[in-house]
Amino acid sequence: MTVTTGSDTTPTPFGTDGAGGLPDLRLAFDAAEPDWLSQLRSRAVDVVAERGFPTLKDEDWRYTRITPLLDLAFEPAASRPVSSPSPALIDELCGTSGGSRLLFVNGRFMPELSQLPEPAPGVRITNLASALSERRPVVQPLLEASFGARRHAFWASNVASAQDGLLIELSPDAVVEEPVRVVHYCDPAGTPVVAALRSMIVLGARSRVAVEETFIGSEGSVYLTNSITDVQLGPEAALEHFKVQLEPEAAFHLASMDVRQERGSRFVTNTASIGASIGRQELVVHLEGEGAEATVNGLYLPRGDQHHDCPVRVEHVAPGCTSRQLFKGVLDGHGQGVFNGHIVVHHGADGTDASQTNKNLLLSDRAEADTRPRLEIFADDVKCTHGSAVGQLEDDAVFYLQARGISKEEARSLLTYAFVNEVVDLVPDPSVGERLGRLVGDRLRGGSAGSGQ
Amino acid sequence: MLKIEDLHARTEGKEILRGVDLEVAAGEVHAIMGPNGSGKSTLANVLAGRDEYEVTRGSVLYEGRDLLSMEPEERAVAGVFLAFQHPVEIPGVGNLYFLRTAVNSVRRARGQSELDPMSFLSFSDERMKLVEMDRSFMSRSVNEGFSGGEKKRNEILQMAMLEPKLAILDETDSGLDIDALRVVAEGVTALRSPDRAMVVITHHQRLLDYIVPDRVHVMSAGRIVRSGDASLAKELEANGYGGLGPSGDDQAVAVGAGR
Ligand SMILES: Nc1ncnc2c1ncn2[C@@H]1O[C@H](COP(=O)(O)OP(=O)(O)O)[C@@H](O)[C@H]1O
Ligand SMILES: [Mg+2]
Repeated sequence: MTVTTGSDTTPTPFGTDGAGGLPDLRLAFDAAEPDWLSQLRSRAVDVVAERGFPTLKDEDWRYTRITPLLDLAFEPAASRPVSSPSPALIDELCGTSGGSRLLFVNGRFMPELSQLPEPAPGVRITNLASALSERRPVVQPLLEASFGARRHAFWASNVASAQDGLLIELSPDAVVEEPVRVVHYCDPAGTPVVAALRSMIVLGARSRVAVEETFIGSEGSVYLTNSITDVQLGPEAALEHFKVQLEPEAAFHLASMDVRQERGSRFVTNTASIGASIGRQELVVHLEGEGAEATVNGLYLPRGDQHHDCPVRVEHVAPGCTSRQLFKGVLDGHGQGVFNGHIVVHHGADGTDASQTNKNLLLSDRAEADTRPRLEIFADDVKCTHGSAVGQLEDDAVFYLQARGISKEEARSLLTYAFVNEVVDLVPDPSVGERLGRLVGDRLRGGSAGSGQ
Repeated sequence: MLKIEDLHARTEGKEILRGVDLEVAAGEVHAIMGPNGSGKSTLANVLAGRDEYEVTRGSVLYEGRDLLSMEPEERAVAGVFLAFQHPVEIPGVGNLYFLRTAVNSVRRARGQSELDPMSFLSFSDERMKLVEMDRSFMSRSVNEGFSGGEKKRNEILQMAMLEPKLAILDETDSGLDIDALRVVAEGVTALRSPDRAMVVITHHQRLLDYIVPDRVHVMSAGRIVRSGDASLAKELEANGYGGLGPSGDDQAVAVGAGR
């Protein structure tokens, strides 16, 4: 797709012929925004134009066929009227226990459906838009980093259009006991829209918090979620992150998470890709301080014509850091799953301990799993292991269960569940693990994604 | 209860069963002996419904029904049980969950109510006593990391819980020490009943000391070549299978020294 920009702001979409593509990013510009932000947004539009959207020729997008996405005519989400998910659904997604819960609809924070307890000292949990000006010293550098050489055009496009997202800032030693639960809901009300979200989690030394994110939308709807999350962990800080992508099966989900870790910090993430037509969950972890630890696990369960892509890069920059990756894919129908895992052990990162495992289970002849583990080592005394596998259910095991009276269908789903259970078991919070287990179980029994409304 | 006529089966282009005839009535225990590779496990698997074997000729009637047209799970709920020679390890599936799913599938199909977790637990506790297993087995994955003896006991436990009408035990005694053999044999004996039939595939007379069979059959090269009463097993113990014709392979494991 070619991207046209110009000084005019006529509302033509970003396509060559005006028939398809992402919306004119300038449409969403808000005249009331501070100058520094307007300038960043203009620059972002230029960067999008310069770089163009990725194609199959880009190494990192080789398996992600985004043409269907670029062929649609999107409008900015903010220009559409919105509906909200029912309180019952919010309770189902967030649980009813205490703690902060933030609801975003079409990329905008909904205060009346959210719940933000009295702020404790050193704890800021809010939406980005409300803190933009006040927190400019934190926000601006992170937005500017979006234009880095490794960043594809969706990053810049996110800077140009994201209005809101989650902001968590913890002062040194601040501890948030209850997980912060975030729901991103999209209802495009007919016309495809882009819901752009920018979230930031910045943790001071020794502080800690857990964050659970759910992405969901109105059934059968078409939209694009473009979500970027920046994470910065100070010395010995800890973040437990959990994300479930349950977008409707006609929607698109492109998400990136960029994590920087200082000395002795700990990062755990578990992501589950269940919904969306094209779902891409990028993750880059920079281990920049000695002794930092990252555990990066994920599940992807494409079926039908779904495509799930998990590009993961772990950069061991400092010595003595540990990273663990376990990604499992269950691929059914004509579904395609891609694990593109990359470990880089930089010069000087001695004593690195890194492992990476990717296993795929094909449930149908037409499903496809692409697994590309890569390891680059430029340091000494490192312990790195990686392995990948693509297999099918074992006939022996299916027959064994059938011979005990369990139907073939149930036997297959039981064995499939057992395959993914290893990842579910690694979720540190038992209630989150239980929720993931339930979601995956429903899915494997044939339940639908995007159960919103 | 079971009537096998002229059963032929093959896999990968190789004919393994070449005309098996066998009739087993309710309440009876039949032993099938024979050298390695003679087709005993294939017969057991064909009866249980393993689809990698293609039946090319013959018929099997089970309680008057055409067994071969039934799915494996239908056979199981209809009361056919195979204790596997090599029980399959299933990592990630808890033994307790597996057993409860199996028992409830069978109960559902038989028009009985499902057991809730509590009543299931007391039921399984009771049956576990029979095979001297404790609850720690229940929290492990199905057969994963089980010793040979534990796997076989787990098979008998499943049999005890599923309460089949026709139980086929495929070398359940192989590789067991005396203690484990006693446990397995007592488990089997406890399940003997006038309305239940058993087919016990074994290499060894010693199991038949515990479970005295009504009939003993010798299988060789895919056929039953000799049948007799319990004394046939003793004779084989003394003389081996020598002279029974080609077995396919490994005579060394055959009972006795041969003639
Ligand atoms: N799935 C299979 N594929 C190929 N050959 C098989 C298969 N199952 C059994 N056989 C062959 O059939 C013959 C009989 O095997 P089996 O029934 O296991 O004998 P037994 O149980 O009497 O030792 C052997 O030669 C064995 O190698
Ligand atoms: Mg055998």
